[in-house]
Amino acid sequence: MTSVADTLDVLDQAGKWRAAGKGVALATVIVTWGSSPRPVGSRLAIDDGGNMVGSVSGGCIEGAVVKEALAAISDGKPRLLDFGVTDEQAWDVGLACGGKVQVFVEKVE
Amino acid sequence: MKLDTLHALATARTARQPVVRATRLADGAEALIYADRTEGALSTDGAIVAAARRALADGRSTTVEIAGGMVFLHTQTPASRLIVVGAVHIAQALAPMASMLEFDVTVIDPRRSFASDARFPAVRVLQDWPDDGLNAVGVDAATAVVTLTHDPKLDDPALEVALRSEAFYVGSLGSKRTHAKRRERLLAAGITDAQFARIQGPVGLSIGAKSPAEIAVSILAQIIEVRARRAEALQAAA
Repeated sequence: MTSVADTLDVLDQAGKWRAAGKGVALATVIVTWGSSPRPVGSRLAIDDGGNMVGSVSGGCIEGAVVKEALAAISDGKPRLLDFGVTDEQAWDVGLACGGKVQVFVEKVE
Repeated sequence: MKLDTLHALATARTARQPVVRATRLADGAEALIYADRTEGALSTDGAIVAAARRALADGRSTTVEIAGGMVFLHTQTPASRLIVVGAVHIAQALAPMASMLEFDVTVIDPRRSFASDARFPAVRVLQDWPDDGLNAVGVDAATAVVTLTHDPKLDDPALEVALRSEAFYVGSLGSKRTHAKRRERLLAAGITDAQFARIQGPVGLSIGAKSPAEIAVSILAQIIEVRARRAEALQAAA
């Protein structure tokens, strides 16, 4: 019995990727300030091929998060990423809503 | 995250068991904090456990600062449930939409030709009498109940169980006239006026819905609204 929700479930997909022998990382929204598109606790799973399921923003910062996730998969070290309007990088990756978010990235061991 | 943690979170979700994953942001050390126990390598003192319980009570994930640094407390509370009484055409639209909205969905209908797995491929289907089915699933404060059969023999027993439960939402399909007759019957069966007033009827937000799928959207929109207002009220009261 699979439901539509299962195909959207981030941890479920992360588990399936690991079971298939892939390297996997999880990104989680830890803190938000101002208007941010996804609430604290929102998750994105990334496999070593750069495939992703879930979200940590409305699509604004996922590209940058995937890059850090691939680095976390290869070195095993967790990372804490800040994105926001006060941050040069945020303009680059375009968190256009004007909010700020902090994202924790970790490898699934 | 350890693979064991990932599996434990999946198990807790299936078992509808609230859990908090505590993660030290400096190094990723983690622990799972349940109502009755704690597991994992991150040592959890009284302060973390107390903060985790508070986070669970408000249903909000949060970051706390403790001696060893910043710790993220990620709450996982049981998914909302939707119990649909009546495996009718509207239910065929309502069930998959509700699944997509991450509701845990059960469809109940004693009529075998309606309640077939072929008509409802991805959700739990019970060919029970509605009151038995509701009691088997267990109606708690995270449950919404919607009756769709139009048949008092099936809808009324379900409503009697739902109105005496903690269900956060009770909706019943039917016109204003049908609803007035329903009130007479249920009051005669011992339901109070205050209990009856909890029924959303006519069911759903008034968006001019006509087709089964549109009616499903209006019902789900109303369920989401009621759930969000209740959560806001709980947080304001905390």
